[in-house]
Amino acid sequence: MVMKILSTPRMERCIGCHSCSLACARLVYQQLSWDKAGIRIRSTGGLSTGFEAQPCLACDPAPCALACPTGAFGQRRGGGVVVKRKLCIRCGACAAACPVDAIYLDPAGEPFVCIQCGRCVEFCPHDCLEMVEPPAATTGDASLPEARP
Amino acid sequence: MIRDYFRVLRVDLATGRGRIEEIDGRDTQAGGSGLAALLFDRMGFPDRGWEDPAQPLILAIGPLTGYFPLMSKVVCAFKSPYHDQYAESHAGGRAALSLRFADLDALVITGKTRRPSCLVVGSRTLEVQDVPYLWGKSVQRTGRVLRNMFVGSGHRSILRIGPAGENRSALACINVDSYRHFGRLGGGAAMGAKNLKAIVILGDASFELPPGKAYAPLFEKIYGQLTATTMMDKYHNLGTAANVAVLNRIQALPCRNLQRTSETDIVGITGETFADRTLLRNTACAGCPVGCIHLGFLREKFKEPNQYLYRQVTYDHEPIFALGAMLSVLDPFQVLTLLETAEKAGLDVMSAGVALAWATEASDKGLISAKETLVPLKFGDAGAYVQAVTHLGLGANDFYRLLGRGTMKAAEHYGGSDFACVLGQEMAGYATGEVFFVSQALGFRHSHLDAGGYAYDQKQKGKEAAAAVDFLVQDEKARVLLTSMVACLFAREVYKEDLLAECLKAVGYGNLAETLDDVARRVQEMRWRIRLKTGFVPESVSIPNRFKQVVTWQGPVDAEYMESLQQAYSQRIREMGKPNV
Ligand code: SF4
Ligand code: SF4
Ligand code: SF4
Repeated sequence: MVMKILSTPRMERCIGCHSCSLACARLVYQQLSWDKAGIRIRSTGGLSTGFEAQPCLACDPAPCALACPTGAFGQRRGGGVVVKRKLCIRCGACAAACPVDAIYLDPAGEPFVCIQCGRCVEFCPHDCLEMVEPPAATTGDASLPEARP
Repeated sequence: MIRDYFRVLRVDLATGRGRIEEIDGRDTQAGGSGLAALLFDRMGFPDRGWEDPAQPLILAIGPLTGYFPLMSKVVCAFKSPYHDQYAESHAGGRAALSLRFADLDALVITGKTRRPSCLVVGSRTLEVQDVPYLWGKSVQRTGRVLRNMFVGSGHRSILRIGPAGENRSALACINVDSYRHFGRLGGGAAMGAKNLKAIVILGDASFELPPGKAYAPLFEKIYGQLTATTMMDKYHNLGTAANVAVLNRIQALPCRNLQRTSETDIVGITGETFADRTLLRNTACAGCPVGCIHLGFLREKFKEPNQYLYRQVTYDHEPIFALGAMLSVLDPFQVLTLLETAEKAGLDVMSAGVALAWATEASDKGLISAKETLVPLKFGDAGAYVQAVTHLGLGANDFYRLLGRGTMKAAEHYGGSDFACVLGQEMAGYATGEVFFVSQALGFRHSHLDAGGYAYDQKQKGKEAAAAVDFLVQDEKARVLLTSMVACLFAREVYKEDLLAECLKAVGYGNLAETLDDVARRVQEMRWRIRLKTGFVPESVSIPNRFKQVVTWQGPVDAEYMESLQQAYSQRIREMGKPNV
């Protein structure tokens, strides 16, 4: 079975209600929070004047999982990460490795990230979010050398 | 955070320091309107003027804020620059959730800073910063600068005033997150009097959910009710602007300084036209999936041949009525231009429109001239009104400064009180008849939202003053309960008392849930008690002649009926607000 991932294909429709992030915090993390969630909404202000999501891109391979020294963040099949909270030592390496700032570290250093469960999707009143099949993994061409400065 | 007391941050601007106070009263006051009244009762000074630095500016949320959808409003309470009595104003945006996540049930601001300043609060922050460079800046410009000065985009709220608030105009609003406002009764001047240009609230804490299994399913049930049904369609679709055409059709839209109640050419400014021609997008208050905020698109040619800029301006029924219908400005883009100008100045758009409508008629009648208004005012002349709105915001001369204290103040000086459209404050956009007029004139906030007087008028229940006043008092009580939670009043059909009790139980306020009727009555009475103590005399509120000449679909307004309504309602207010023994 292909494991779907969360995507944000229609953010132009977003009204900034925060229903998605509040739902994730509530249902996935049992929190009332804007931050402790796998998706967070920001207002863009300025020229584009709308809202943008800060979602996990469901990387495969996932830099955050590669950076995690304890295996608390592991690679999820289909992209993104599987999190074992008990193993986390709050080093913050995952958040530092994420290219899109999708991991929130709470004041105690505990990471909060999307686990691709799809529960937020039905709370979006404008259908901005969708669970989709992941794109083919981009493992690269093993015959070529790594680009290094 | 669920706790059986209130956690209140009290900041003294004079020292830049604050103190967290734990205040009892959760089960008797709930929060919002109830909490604000409690705090004003303790910390306010009924006998001193509104400009006294010791007067508190209060922001309060309720026990359900952030826990359920549309629990998205903040109650702002202060001694009003408009009438120097106790007042409340309500707004949404992200302010309510920001206070929740700053872990504050209320923020109380007293004192005055030496220089123009900005207060920053959060769950781990309290700072008063000097911002002299923002003084004199428009609301929009101030917002842009502040957004870059502080962290937390999307998870914070920025409240600020414009030049009107700095000039202590009683028509000055507090802008919340660009598109919402504590509009009425001069909140902007209450901030200005403290040299407080802006308040930034950082919503940076998180809480465990309440224990037990009831909460999440109840949330989902209510969320489903609010989004799946057609109940909220009207607010999302055309928004409140849909009322323009509806009221016009039944001859209940105040037009041309209430010289008439419908306009043949109304089609230019109906909600339908605004949607077709100007609507750019909707946005929402944080925690509300409805998204009633409508942003219109304003394109301006600033240079030939083809140099354009664009702006986004929020519109609703009330702003369109005030700066459109009342001024006979019947083009949607001209209305948006006026709204934008009023927003810049930090003026309450409703009050500004009604004030200028009076000034236009006073000009027509020769009571004032361009000597006073600086630019000749003529109904329909949008270009002149753009200048006049700016003059009003800046308090450009004696005339505009006086008008900025309220239309009736200017009318008392220059003449023309009989056609000043003032019901306690500048009228709201309903000319439905006697019950509404009295309801706004005597209502606690002088708002169309105090009680559904406009709906009562439309249901034609005969002319029995006692029955009408019973309705107003009961309806006010139900609304006081909602504004103590603090719910958006658009959700009033969903959040009935039983459901509120269920919500409160689900998050752990079982005691409060048991006594909602008592709480509502207590808060209603307490607000009136404070209002009367700060000088309100309901019997002496004058309803200008213009309202007695109104003709609606029901025929001419009955002045005698209005008189008996005022007497009966005044008496009830006296009873509700009688001093505690
Ligand atoms: S958290 Fe960041 S690095 Fe990890 S999978 Fe998501 S986007 Fe990639
Ligand atoms: S997919 Fe699941 S974990 Fe990811 S943001 Fe949505 S609710 Fe949260
Ligand atoms: S639920 Fe949808 S509309 Fe609301 S903030 Fe999230 S993405 Fe935007």
